[in-house]
Amino acid sequence: MNDKAKNQKDWEPKIIAFLCNWCSYAGADLAGVSRYQYPPSLRIVRVPCSGRVSANMILDALRSGADGVLVSGCHPGDCHYISGNYYARRRFAVLKNFLEFIGIEPGRVNFSWISASEGEQFAEVAKEVTSRVKKLGPARHLVKEF
Amino acid sequence: MPTKNESITQELRQKARHLLESGQVAAFLGYTSGSVPMVMKPFVARKPEDAERLEWNSFCVLNLANYLPPLLRSFEPPRRPNDPPPEGPLPKVGVAATGCWSRNMVVQVQENQMERERVVIIGISSRGMVDRKKVLNAVNHAEITSVKEEDNSLLVKGPGLEEEINRWDVIRDNCQTCVHPDPVIFDEMIGQLQGDRDIQDRFRQVEEIENLSAQDRWQWFTSEIDSCIRCYACRNACPLCYCPTCFVDDSRPQWVGKSREPVDTAIFHILRAYHCAGRCTDCGSCESACPMGIRMRILTKKLQKDVLDLYGTEAGMSIQQPLPLSTYKMDDPQDFVLTESFKGEKK
Repeated sequence: MNDKAKNQKDWEPKIIAFLCNWCSYAGADLAGVSRYQYPPSLRIVRVPCSGRVSANMILDALRSGADGVLVSGCHPGDCHYISGNYYARRRFAVLKNFLEFIGIEPGRVNFSWISASEGEQFAEVAKEVTSRVKKLGPARHLVKEF
Repeated sequence: MPTKNESITQELRQKARHLLESGQVAAFLGYTSGSVPMVMKPFVARKPEDAERLEWNSFCVLNLANYLPPLLRSFEPPRRPNDPPPEGPLPKVGVAATGCWSRNMVVQVQENQMERERVVIIGISSRGMVDRKKVLNAVNHAEITSVKEEDNSLLVKGPGLEEEINRWDVIRDNCQTCVHPDPVIFDEMIGQLQGDRDIQDRFRQVEEIENLSAQDRWQWFTSEIDSCIRCYACRNACPLCYCPTCFVDDSRPQWVGKSREPVDTAIFHILRAYHCAGRCTDCGSCESACPMGIRMRILTKKLQKDVLDLYGTEAGMSIQQPLPLSTYKMDDPQDFVLTESFKGEKK
């Protein structure tokens, strides 16, 4: 993103959302079908399970210019693959602390549990994440200028 | 009166010779002197007479666990990935192991990199290894031609230089804050077990940085890795880094650029450390191998601290206990999850 765009008042963040196929993606779909309004800042990547999302992917999103990242999966206990999100939960907890340790602002990388029936909650999460990232402004730390 | 390390050397040679002579092991992995002072090189003794070349002192900084799986594989008949494992018992390898090295061997057993039955571990309770860079700093980077080691001091000599240095002052940071100096798995011990050390501020280095603001932490991180030349010595010295293709070498997708661009260096260090989460035993090999003096161990130490705080376990303490990030509990902490914190607000 060039400096001109950064200074624009009407800057809209770009947020990469990794949504699990079985719950959160369906939740996002339901939000759309139910016509809940939420900010258009999310770019959704459908993944088989939140356990599929590795730190590599999250950092790659930031490196490629995403202002924020959201990873969302099934509620613990509801994983289609029984335990994928339990493993993911441990990994994300450690990763989130670690990224904050090296100076990435809290709020850049977010995690949530959204089931297939929670369209309204998805819209809520999308609003919350967007407002957090908006407050932080455009990402600067790990963005590579290609 | 021989020093402690001299008597360990003698006993190590004796045990290695015995293992090789009796045919219990096909090779013994230890250390021998390098070509310059304060640098030791890993050494594989394959004949009983080779055992005399084994050395033990305070400069054995690289983790021998790193060389163990490839050494074991070198004694297996060649096979393709899908071929069945060879029948019958395979040759064993002997190895010297301090606390952290033995914990890395536990991790390797848990991650199916080697079999416990195939290694004969000679345990040595660690007194801490010396940081070469600290010695060089202590003598203002003067030329050092010889270092003689006493139990509690180092006698450093060079052209126009003769100085006695207190050993503990130049011990590596990770050894100074080490709580488990005893090997957790071993077949024979040299010397006595000393028990866990009581260190109150073992995470002091990490806490100092945690207390900074986000901006200052980023400042610290970028300045720490600024001098990185991306030689990957830290990765190559690490017993956890055994992937056939490392993420830095992937080209499709290319997770991290190959230049010294600051962003790519940062991502390399973040991911290298993160891949060691819940597995790192804080052996300090990465830092000792770094030619630029980057303290990347603080990153893995932070991960170690978090894993201990969140899940109450440390890597490699026992073969039965699964690695923290390859297991889970139903009620793991999840306050960091957005939807969970919403619930808290509603209450």
